[in-house]
Amino acid sequence: MSIAFPTPDEAVLSRRNEILAGLGRLVAPEALIVTEDERRAFETDGLTAYRQLPLAVVLPSSTEEVAAVLRFCRDQGVKVVPRGAGTSLSGGAIPQPDAIVLGVAKMNRVLEVDFENRVARVQSGITNLAISQAVAHEGFFYAPDPSSQLACTIAGNIAMNSGGAHCLKYGVTTNNLLGVTMVLLDGTVVELGGRHLDSPGYDLLGLVCGSEGQLGIVTEATVRILRAAEGARPALLGFERVEDAGACVAAIIAAGIIPVALEYMDRPAIRICEAFAHAGYPLDVEAMLIVEVEGSDAEIDDMLRRIVAIAEPFRPKTVKVSQSEAESAAIWKGRKSAFGATGRVADYICMDGTIPTGQLPHVLKRIDEIAKSYGLGVANVFHAGDGNLHPLVMFDTAKPGEMEKAEAAGEDILRLCVEVGGCLTGEHGVGIEKRDLMTCQFNAADLEQQMRVRGVFDPGWLLNPAKVFPLEGRVAA
Amino acid sequence: MSSLIPRDEQDAASIVAQAKGRGTLLNLCGNGTKASMGRPSQTDATLSAAALTGITLYEPAELVISARSGTPLSEVVDTLAGQGQQLPFEPMDYRPLLGSQGEPTIGSVAAMNISGPRRIMAGAARDSLIGVRFVNGRGEVIKSGGRVMKNVTGLDLVKLMAGSWGTLGFLTEVTFKVLPRPERMSTLLIRGLDDGSAVAALSAALGSPFDVTGAAHLPAPDRQGARTLIRLEGFSVSVDYRLNELRRLLKRFGAADILEGRGAEAVWQSVRDATVLQERADRAVWRVSTAPTRGPSLVARVAAAVEAQWFYDWGGGLVWIATPAEGDLGAGAIRAATRELGGHAMLVRAPDADRSRLDVFEPQPEAVMALTRGIKASFDPAGILNPGRMYAGI
Repeated sequence: MSIAFPTPDEAVLSRRNEILAGLGRLVAPEALIVTEDERRAFETDGLTAYRQLPLAVVLPSSTEEVAAVLRFCRDQGVKVVPRGAGTSLSGGAIPQPDAIVLGVAKMNRVLEVDFENRVARVQSGITNLAISQAVAHEGFFYAPDPSSQLACTIAGNIAMNSGGAHCLKYGVTTNNLLGVTMVLLDGTVVELGGRHLDSPGYDLLGLVCGSEGQLGIVTEATVRILRAAEGARPALLGFERVEDAGACVAAIIAAGIIPVALEYMDRPAIRICEAFAHAGYPLDVEAMLIVEVEGSDAEIDDMLRRIVAIAEPFRPKTVKVSQSEAESAAIWKGRKSAFGATGRVADYICMDGTIPTGQLPHVLKRIDEIAKSYGLGVANVFHAGDGNLHPLVMFDTAKPGEMEKAEAAGEDILRLCVEVGGCLTGEHGVGIEKRDLMTCQFNAADLEQQMRVRGVFDPGWLLNPAKVFPLEGRVAA
Repeated sequence: MSSLIPRDEQDAASIVAQAKGRGTLLNLCGNGTKASMGRPSQTDATLSAAALTGITLYEPAELVISARSGTPLSEVVDTLAGQGQQLPFEPMDYRPLLGSQGEPTIGSVAAMNISGPRRIMAGAARDSLIGVRFVNGRGEVIKSGGRVMKNVTGLDLVKLMAGSWGTLGFLTEVTFKVLPRPERMSTLLIRGLDDGSAVAALSAALGSPFDVTGAAHLPAPDRQGARTLIRLEGFSVSVDYRLNELRRLLKRFGAADILEGRGAEAVWQSVRDATVLQERADRAVWRVSTAPTRGPSLVARVAAAVEAQWFYDWGGGLVWIATPAEGDLGAGAIRAATRELGGHAMLVRAPDADRSRLDVFEPQPEAVMALTRGIKASFDPAGILNPGRMYAGI
């Protein structure tokens, strides 16, 4: 393992029974998980290469219970790792042996839907998709749509400021969140924002969103819900050169069109997805775009006509404009199966960096070179409109040393993203995965200012410690 | 009072570091067009971004623009317009309301989170602000965010800086996400609605799938003069289609006219800049944010207690209220209404003396104030940056 964990606090480990007894007085028996077998289900998240058994797992049912548990942990000096559904790909919810996991998954109710004001108030353990399902009967939806939306919770989305394929048009979590109920480590419950569009004072809501569970535990959220467009349809464009695909993306945006989704796949990704999904993807191109637009049928026709005309000068080898729901579904099926399909042909790690889109051809070339220099393959599937790359670095676990090579290649790729003006993570978060790379994006003063702000909320660094900031970097307020 | 005008970021950092050493209290500004907003603060010197000018990066295909904080807003707006783009949040111009002169800066737009009617669709300035560089109260240069629109690397200090009114740092450079300017703008106008029906009409329009980008209601003393406005933007084909659909949807509220061209632009500018309330310069002006449908009840409560004029922006999400500049300027009635209905109020225009004795911003619960004080101290431990501009001690 190349990512270090801090040495567990022996004093806490030795008081385990006492701590469990204390927690047992605060929550119902079924909400406290102590046996090794049951704790095992919480030893990792989506970053499965790393595993640690927590001291215990607590699954409270109310804001009051969360407050009681946090106050107790603060008094006892016990670390707390917040957890939604555990789908983090950056190790944001990986526990530590001297920490309890505090999961919000039991708090999963819709509290109120207010269609007139276009907001929904939910408990934070609800899944992302369940919010959309709860408002779909009136034609509404909740916009941010991470790939894991079936499983991931809104609590996790808030912690990571999650995005998704549609964020070019609709923004990410922070743009769709109006208020939260949050419990501070000392048990104080604060309300930030509300159902109005903005808040007085410092933008604490904006600060909390994306803070990776280090400032408090969000138990309720008020989110914007939007009326869904009348319809949506994609076009598929295949290009012989990576540069042409990149230039086509730029030309679409320059023409004043903001598609609802603009996805990019390179040759290896196209081949892998086509073999799995039989979506009718072109196998003779270097790069492929999926461009989706929304509106009435006539509006969609008009917009797709414009897009095809814009693509013309870049000599697309394939132009396929979906004419039906079935064709749309096929086009998306390939893209959406990318991670699963890649998993069938190789082990892989999914990187998540962001670059200025003008750097796309250069960065893709360099990514390929980096992977090759480690003797590994790489496939690229990503949101082209916003430059959020997801290189899948492929390796074979059975071969000793390959995973380490893949990690090293991934690190080089993230450094490259920062070098060209981008950032280490566009939507997965820093977690433990990118913690040690923070110093390549931020200098000491930048990081210390962030850590001082963190320290205002959690002076003892008990909330999700050993994540986001370099291990040695702790700074008090 | 002395005026400090740093020539670059490093210069600004040394000025602030020195000020910290000497305990010099600094009044931060751009060109001072909004000097009469917020709580008046007692300072020793003015630190101005007036010389920090120039667009430092503009990539139209990447929808991103960076500029030094003292760059005139008009320069940014014109540069974007040259490429058919715009700041999507449509920043308000406070000059007509405040009667101030000079050029507002892009830095002040970020520092005060200044937005306009497109807020319902595109979000506020804070939603488009993706990167900042600033000097904190320790005299350190700090960066947060960057030039890419998706970025979850570390704590989002960008959001914290947006709307912090210069109490956390002196912005030196800001980066905004931009959007294409629409091919066509068109406005549906319904006359003669009372506040309740108007807000119902706006809610219906905003709840439709037609991407409304502006929704306002301008009441009038004779109800026939009242105007309810719904704006659509986009490609012409699309605007035509949506106008028709919306007209059908809103039929029960009365016949709708269509406004286009200069007249329509002027009316949205007057909504954006609140010039509807500009005429009576002797009046105090409040900006109240509440859940859209609660606007009319909020206004009714306030109007029962003080003589008031008002109008609604963002489908009633924002109510602008003018009150007589005497007594508590309606503060008691307005704050009671926001407490009861949810929301918050800011006193935008009032004499210095009134802004000193009344809460300019909505008072916050003690737990939130404790966090606010902690954050202030973490950026500006000596409390030298715009002291007291937002809250006493902040």
